[in-house]
Amino acid sequence: MAEKREKDETVAGLKLNSRLLELLAKLQEVELEDFELEAGELEIWLQPGAVAAPIIAPPKAVAPPVKAKPTQILEAEFTPPIETYPGKVVEVKLGRRGGKSVVIGGETTPAFYTFERPTPHPPVISIDVFDMEVPLARAVKMHVKDVLGDPAAWAKLAVEKFGADMITVHLISIDPLVKDASPKEAVKTVEAVAQAVDVPLVIGGCGDPVKDADVFQEVCETFAGERFLISSITRDMDVERCAKFIKKTGHVALAFTPMDLNIARELNRRLYDFLAKEDIVMDLTTAALGYGLDYAFTNMERARLAALMGDPELAHPMSSGTTNAWAAREAWMKMAPEWEPRELRGPLWEVITALTLLLAGVDLFMMMHPAAVKTVKDVIAQLMGGKSGNAERLVEWVTAKF
Amino acid sequence: MSGKEGKVGVKELSPIDVYKLLPRTNCKECGEENCMAFAAKVVNREVPIEKCAPLLKKEFEKAYKQLKEMLKPAVKEVVIGTGEKAVKIGGKLVMYRHELTYFNPTAIAIDVTDEMSEDEILSRIKRVEEFRFEYIGQTLKLDMIAVRSTSNDPDKFKATVRKVAENTKLPMVLCSLNPTVLEAGLMAAPKTRPLLYAATKDNWRDMAELALMYGCPLTVFAPGNLKLLKSLVKTLVEYGVQDLVLDPGTFAGEGLADTLNNFTMIRRAACKHGDELLGFPLMGVPMTVWLDSAGLAQEIVKWREAYLAAMLIVRFADILIMHSLDGWALLPNVVLRANIYTDPRKPVAVEPGLRVFGAPDENSPVMFTTNFALTYYTVASDLESAKINAYLLVVDTEGLAVDSSVAGRKLTAEKIAEALKASGLENKVKHRKLIIPGKAARLSGEIEELSGWQVIVGPRDSSEIPKFLQEKWQTQA
Repeated sequence: MAEKREKDETVAGLKLNSRLLELLAKLQEVELEDFELEAGELEIWLQPGAVAAPIIAPPKAVAPPVKAKPTQILEAEFTPPIETYPGKVVEVKLGRRGGKSVVIGGETTPAFYTFERPTPHPPVISIDVFDMEVPLARAVKMHVKDVLGDPAAWAKLAVEKFGADMITVHLISIDPLVKDASPKEAVKTVEAVAQAVDVPLVIGGCGDPVKDADVFQEVCETFAGERFLISSITRDMDVERCAKFIKKTGHVALAFTPMDLNIARELNRRLYDFLAKEDIVMDLTTAALGYGLDYAFTNMERARLAALMGDPELAHPMSSGTTNAWAAREAWMKMAPEWEPRELRGPLWEVITALTLLLAGVDLFMMMHPAAVKTVKDVIAQLMGGKSGNAERLVEWVTAKF
Repeated sequence: MSGKEGKVGVKELSPIDVYKLLPRTNCKECGEENCMAFAAKVVNREVPIEKCAPLLKKEFEKAYKQLKEMLKPAVKEVVIGTGEKAVKIGGKLVMYRHELTYFNPTAIAIDVTDEMSEDEILSRIKRVEEFRFEYIGQTLKLDMIAVRSTSNDPDKFKATVRKVAENTKLPMVLCSLNPTVLEAGLMAAPKTRPLLYAATKDNWRDMAELALMYGCPLTVFAPGNLKLLKSLVKTLVEYGVQDLVLDPGTFAGEGLADTLNNFTMIRRAACKHGDELLGFPLMGVPMTVWLDSAGLAQEIVKWREAYLAAMLIVRFADILIMHSLDGWALLPNVVLRANIYTDPRKPVAVEPGLRVFGAPDENSPVMFTTNFALTYYTVASDLESAKINAYLLVVDTEGLAVDSSVAGRKLTAEKIAEALKASGLENKVKHRKLIIPGKAARLSGEIEELSGWQVIVGPRDSSEIPKFLQEKWQTQA
């Protein structure tokens, strides 16, 4: 009985979710003209004559002002509060020989302060792909169930169907505590993914500082010049060794630190001995919405403002492991009916984690759920688009019936 | 009125500036050791200046006024509603939360209209009132009801406002650009201090009269036109309306960049350039996404409304008007609001003490973690999701995580031994084995020495606990 219910829910969730995707896709095609107002509603607001007769002197005005009340609008000047900054975020190019490439960074203004200066490069999204079966939230799993365990097919799906700008290959199987796969095996996985898609790749390790360095070296040397983002270089690794092989093979280091800007600066300084500024992206740690997002947000916002104020050690593009949003139990857990369905709550959790950090200055998002990816891409496109809102139409919200 | 000659920014204000104006008697009536200590707290906004009783005497009137002006927030605080459920919005001292902290979390109002059925109105009010989510010791709630006149009929609006006022004590936002309609609504709830929506370039005079007559705060609405918005503010302030809220227009979709730019420019002008005409709370209206909702499934529109609300919470909105009442869409936003409005100066902490997971018995594992909320809830979530039966001792580290509390000597073997003793665990389990976080491994020897318990070093990440227990605990137990 319970099993059947679980199955029914899965089916319902699946339907809801694929419909969501379809609808999100359709969203782009909807034109403003699709909205129809009922006659009568419009005239009320567009005809000044419809405004009622002015109200005559109040019966009991509170503390009547001594000076004469204005009888017409008093004009005030407004000058956009534009500032200039001594610092600039470095531009980092990621991408393949003969394939696609992206440039991130280059900001000279806080995130999307486009009244000040335009955003030089749109932030990009890299979709996570795993080299073996891993526990995934159900809302995510339903979209990738056919490609689990096949990173190349997964990458193809992510690029062609989900619109990934990049692919992150997570080499989980190299973990000595998991499968302890060899560097050669890892190279084979990367080779398969690199054959399947032509977008820039992020190479993700397992978190073991020694094994990661061995695998990264093998991957870097095999794919010299492909400008992969090596995720990640941490303080507990042999930083000098890693920086040297990354430099020699022409890749890019992702410098990953816990939420502490001094530690981030320190790691960057160690990398500067071997790598150019343009070869380093920072990951300052992403905590999920509800589980420390405020720390992550403020840490990144501070880093970006410091970079603009001229701190060269923080003037790198920022990457976010936004997939961490799914660590929040509210993203995946079944909750009381008033918070359901989780098939919507989960991806929205990822969207809101991403958008919060987009406004702190993140340049590269590592994400998971296709609907979340689509929404964040749409928002980035809207923010880059430079089109204006329709003020006349907006007024209608007050009276519109939904 | 505007310009850079405005008051001193919060960052530049030093305790000395405040101290100089205090009576300097060190009377301790405020509870502080001396006037300097009091001044330091005042500058950090930890205590109101009124806590200084002597300052309120006639002889210090001038100094008090000077201090009030000096401490005035860049964004005015505006009160909506009356009584216990009244909501304060604005009162922001800084543009970025790391510069101090954000006060007065973004208020969320949910709309009803004067053409909804009575059942629908009452059911929406009920859902707003009953909305609650327990989060790290806080109860997250919704704040207000926005009543919109879609009929443009004064009688209908009046009846609806009366109905709402009879059924909830939550503050209201009364929405109609027609002053006659708005006044009809006000007459139905004259002493409730609703927020009026809205004064525009066409109706500002009548709206100003209503605001003055009924003692209400007034929203100024000039979508996409900051010069007009500012001019209207100047006019209304001159007219005598002091409590204003600014709506520069919430454009979704193609106009999203305009929305963020306008909110950001207003907040920067207020906080960084001392522009008092723009130093009022900001209103965001995520429900404008419903204007383009024809032909779309409701889920899509709710989804769009939800993420627009989130961006506005991050980018300076002090009050939001929303339509969707779905828990899945509102939950991430109330959690985000709680996060953004958490005081970044204070580590978030949970109560220290013993927590029980599942149904542990005398052979169950005993572990400890710190009272940093983030650490605690992560560990708790990992234990719960793996359905582990265990005791978890929460040690008071003054709200620091494991690695930083070990480094900062806030987590010591002494504290752990004391907490173990106080917990009564000795009577709850037969064994004397304590699993400690991997990041506290270096305390192992000392803990064993002081507590007499055998230490087993656990994983560095709590997500590994289930596997760890399976491999290490079951073989030992």
